[in-house]
This record gives sequence, structure tokens and C-alpha cells, in this order.
Amino acid sequence: MTELLATQIALPDLITFLVAGCAVILGALGVVLMRNPVHSALSMIMTLFAVAILFIEQDAQFLAAVQVIVYAGAIVVLFLFVIMLLGVDKKEPFGKDPLRGQRPLAFLAVLIIFVEILALSRGNWATGAKSTVLSTSSPINNVEQLARTIFTTYLLPFEATSVLLIIAVVGAVVLVRRSEDKATSTEGNVEVEAESEIK
Amino acid sequence: MTVPGSWYLVLSALLFSLGALGFFTRRNVLIMFMSMELMLNAVNLTFVTFSRMLSDIGGQTLVFFVLVVAAAEVVVGLGIIVAIFRRRSSATADDLSIFRG
Repeated sequence: MTELLATQIALPDLITFLVAGCAVILGALGVVLMRNPVHSALSMIMTLFAVAILFIEQDAQFLAAVQVIVYAGAIVVLFLFVIMLLGVDKKEPFGKDPLRGQRPLAFLAVLIIFVEILALSRGNWATGAKSTVLSTSSPINNVEQLARTIFTTYLLPFEATSVLLIIAVVGAVVLVRRSEDKATSTEGNVEVEAESEIK
Repeated sequence: MTVPGSWYLVLSALLFSLGALGFFTRRNVLIMFMSMELMLNAVNLTFVTFSRMLSDIGGQTLVFFVLVVAAAEVVVGLGIIVAIFRRRSSATADDLSIFRG
């Protein structure tokens, strides 16, 4: 700790990191602890924005923009749409635990995960030689560098993501589509089944 | 001098742990999904941090791909949730035992 304090950290950087870091943790706690799913989604926006700030702080400007546009703009809105479409924006009872002992076990497991990450690193976070070919400290800007790597070294994975996106779109349409003739009869059956199960 | 990379990595470890906690403890499928997004974000933060520490743009490229996969996953996952909700009219993990073989 003392050696960390001994290294001179510029005050603006430190303040940005502390504020954004607090926002990340608070937002994540909000997602986990809020009872209303809408509030959870709004807390998630806070976390995503703070992560975008941390991206800018680390010279990843393009990813910060994409983070805000794709995550905060598209994914959270999708979540909110589904929450409001399904009408599940009611409070979830926290009290009872359907699986006995699940919650303490979850806390234990998460604690083990966290301690393991810290223990395994032992202070040597990044090992390996610094890159010289695709250096982030070269004079060309972040977007251009990213474009160069994506369209040369990672061209095949990039094409694969386009296939993945098409599959996702087709899958979503197939899943959500309601076939006109079958829908009423099967839904009726399932409801009857569900009622009999409850009885 | 900027903030050392290890601080960012500890922060993202915390964020990952919180996401895992949410995924394990909450019963609402939508909130479990959001917790997964938190974990993905923690990993993205580590990638960007390593990218800065090793001054290699490859880490940021990986984040780009993670973003695409996350978007696809959310679309399909929410589609599944909507399809299940139509049949069971509830969206907690306990109601998803219909997936049993």
C-alpha cells in the first residue's frame, strides 16, 4: 500500500477512478439488491456508464462509445421493454428461499471466487512482454488501430460475428413468433396443465 | 502518472463477484441475466486494463467481440424468456423446470 501511495498519481486521474469505481460498485449492488426489476435495470445503466468512463480513462475511446451505445442504449432498453411487456415489474419477495441453504452457499462461493482471484494474482497482474507491433502508445489514434487489427488479424472472427448476429436475429424471431392456428390450443392446454399441477 | 492497472483489476474482480452473487441468489430470470451482463462487463474491464498494461491493442479487439456475443446472447435469452412467459405467466428460475428432459 505504501509503495502505491509513494508513486505519484495525478489527482484528476485518481478522482475519476474513485468516482467511477464507486459508481460501478453502487450500480452493481443496485442490480443485485433492488426488488423491482426496473430499478435493477436503471442501476445497471449506472454501472455501464461508469465502466465507459473507466474505458476512456484507459485510452479506449472507441470501446467507451460502443459501451454507451450498445449496452446502455440497446441492451438495457431491450431489458426494459421485456420487463414492461411481461409486466413483471412487481416486487419480488426476498424473504423465503425456495432452495434451502442456497443463499449462504452462494455467498461462500462468491467469496471463494474473489479471494481466489486476489490470491492467484499475488500482485503479478500482467506478465509478458509489452507489445511493440500493435502498441497502444503509437501515434495513430485508437479507432484506427482497432480497425486495423479487426480487419487484418481478426478478420475471420469478425466475419464469424456477422453470422452469429444473423443466427441470433433469426432465433429471436422464431422463438417469439406466435403461430396463429396452434397458439390458442397449445396455450389452453398448458394453462390447464399448470392449474392441475397447482391443485 | 495514471492509476495503476492493479486497481482496475481489483475493481473488476469486485464487479465480477457482485455479478456472480446476483446470479446465484436472485430468482428472477431477468435479474439473473443482468447479473451476467455485469460479469461480462467486469471481464471487458480486465481486457481493457491488460491492453493498457501491455500496450497491446489485442485486448480491446477482444472486448469488441465480447460485446457482439453479449448482444446476441441477450436477444436470444430474452426471446426464450418471452416464449416461456407466454406459457407459464411467470419468470422465476423455479418455474423453468419445464426444461427438464
